[in-house]
Amino acid sequence: MSLVLKDIRKSFKGDLVLDGLSLEVPTGKTLVLFGPSGAGKTVLLRLIAGVIEPDEGEISISGRNMSGVEPEDRGIGMAFQNFALFPHMSAHDNIASPLTAQKQTKSTIQSGVQSLARLLKIEHVLGHKPKELSNGQKQRTALARALAGKPDVLLLDDPLRNVDAKLRFEMRLELPRLIKDQQATVIYVTQDYKEAMAFGDEIAVINGGQVQQVGSPAQIYLSPANTDIARLFGDPVINLLDVTPKAGASGPHVLVSDQIVPLPENHLGDVDRACVLGLRPEALRFVGADSQGAIPVTVETEAPLNEKTVTLAVTARGREIMLSRPAGTPGPSTGPAHIGINARAALLFDRATGALIPAQDTKIEGKVA
Amino acid sequence: MQSVSTLERILRGTAISLVIFFFMFPIFWIFLMSFQTNETILRVPPSMVFEPTLTNYRSLISGTLEGSTATLEIRFMSNLYNSLFLSVTSVTVGLLLGVPAAYAFAKLKFRGSEDIAFTLLSFRFAPPLLVLLPLTIYFQKIGLADTYLGLIWVYQLIVLPLILWIVRGYFEDIPSDIEYAHRIAGHGFWSTFTKIALPLAGPGIAAAGLLAFIFAWNNFIFALVLASADKQPVTVGALAFITASGINYGQIAAGIMLSIAPTFALALYAQRYLVEGLSLGAVKG
Repeated sequence: MSLVLKDIRKSFKGDLVLDGLSLEVPTGKTLVLFGPSGAGKTVLLRLIAGVIEPDEGEISISGRNMSGVEPEDRGIGMAFQNFALFPHMSAHDNIASPLTAQKQTKSTIQSGVQSLARLLKIEHVLGHKPKELSNGQKQRTALARALAGKPDVLLLDDPLRNVDAKLRFEMRLELPRLIKDQQATVIYVTQDYKEAMAFGDEIAVINGGQVQQVGSPAQIYLSPANTDIARLFGDPVINLLDVTPKAGASGPHVLVSDQIVPLPENHLGDVDRACVLGLRPEALRFVGADSQGAIPVTVETEAPLNEKTVTLAVTARGREIMLSRPAGTPGPSTGPAHIGINARAALLFDRATGALIPAQDTKIEGKVA
Repeated sequence: MQSVSTLERILRGTAISLVIFFFMFPIFWIFLMSFQTNETILRVPPSMVFEPTLTNYRSLISGTLEGSTATLEIRFMSNLYNSLFLSVTSVTVGLLLGVPAAYAFAKLKFRGSEDIAFTLLSFRFAPPLLVLLPLTIYFQKIGLADTYLGLIWVYQLIVLPLILWIVRGYFEDIPSDIEYAHRIAGHGFWSTFTKIALPLAGPGIAAAGLLAFIFAWNNFIFALVLASADKQPVTVGALAFITASGINYGQIAAGIMLSIAPTFALALYAQRYLVEGLSLGAVKG
């Protein structure tokens, strides 16, 4: 049931959408495809489902080459972003569709549909046509239909995109368990980094038709392969400051507002290279003026969100920096202040390519903030 | 404001009445004519006052035309049957051929599909006579002249492009994702065509079929050239009333009333579907 994609290429009318993309999802694991719109995520799902064929490359499910295998013979369940329910059939018949295709007996179909409907809380609307359903009910019906055939591979194309915020929140809690119960190999497409972090055993970041980084949610967050990925994961967005590492008595360091921010030893080789320093807003904190390395700033504005407070500050040289701290903790809301940098959490990127310059001794472990 | 809207209402009402009068008056006049004898029809000045008679209808249905000098046999009722048979069969054949073709043109983009589709539509641009003259010779050579088969074949020139282009639009309106979903759920290509595409394009197919029926029923020139008396539809059969001894306006009027009755009834019954079918998209989520 493992899913392997090898060197997939696909172009539409001369536009290269997927450019030599390779991925592997182990049996029973959930891979989140994350990327901006137009990155080729939906095309990739359609290739796996077999409704379109790749120009080049190989797709195999459980070791079986899928080239030339019709969609109905691939053992796949799919939930579409726009639900794609059959408008002329009741919710019940929609969900039953994979079971009727398998030529199950009437009673098996009946009980299968009923138990899924109970699980997804849509028992009371089974007789309704799709146009009589709310968006949330449509979404659950589409999900039930994808699950009904007990597929080996489950493809979920941004299923929470078109539902309201409350339902999205509920489903974010329910869906991971539901998916785990299926014991299927799952590919979950999303543009929401929180969903990606919550659902994925692994996350594959896709952009420009290629895989930019594959890793656990923690790896992606703590060690993003480039500035683009660093920007995509995290809210508020990571601070990126142009810096040039220098060598000093205490080892390699960068200067932020004339204050020394030390770097790990192995960055000695990067001295005088044009770099970008990445600082997560939650890795910054307000400190007293006398504490070591304190950077003087002017606090411009503060946005109290429910669980955190986000502050926008400006350094003496006019660089904007965002800070995030748990709600309820004290901090200045305006005027002059000083911030301290947790140097261990600082990330160094090459300015020209945007690629991460890894700190050798930094082992990625632990939890995601 | 009130006065403007009242004025507007009056103007609009007048305009609509004029249009209705313009289009319906000939039909109304023919309706009156069908209950009159030639003498009262040809009165000068014409009048709406007359003694109605059913002789026109009676002679049509019985098949004998009592002229002033002789009795003429007419085949109006068999013409009516021909019309019905030719139209129904042509539309059935047109649907059987046109609907799958429309699906192919809409969903399975293949090389040259646009060109083929356009060529089929272009049959509607050509004047029928352009096709008819060579066709008459060919049909006589291969024995299709004056046969129902030959007529139904030629009628495809009228119904097939119509069905193809209307139904194609409906298939194109069906989101591919819905069909993909059905395939992925485990159903084959044919099942997806019959269980998803056909029902969703249903209103369009019905509308196209109705329009094609009306066009086929009203066709005159193909049948005039290619069919002899016993295969002729009513549109051509009405010519029989122009006899050596004069033109039987009363019978012509009665014949017209009988021949427009089926399409008229059909259009009245189905106009809701026609308007809905032709104006709404195929799929409303």
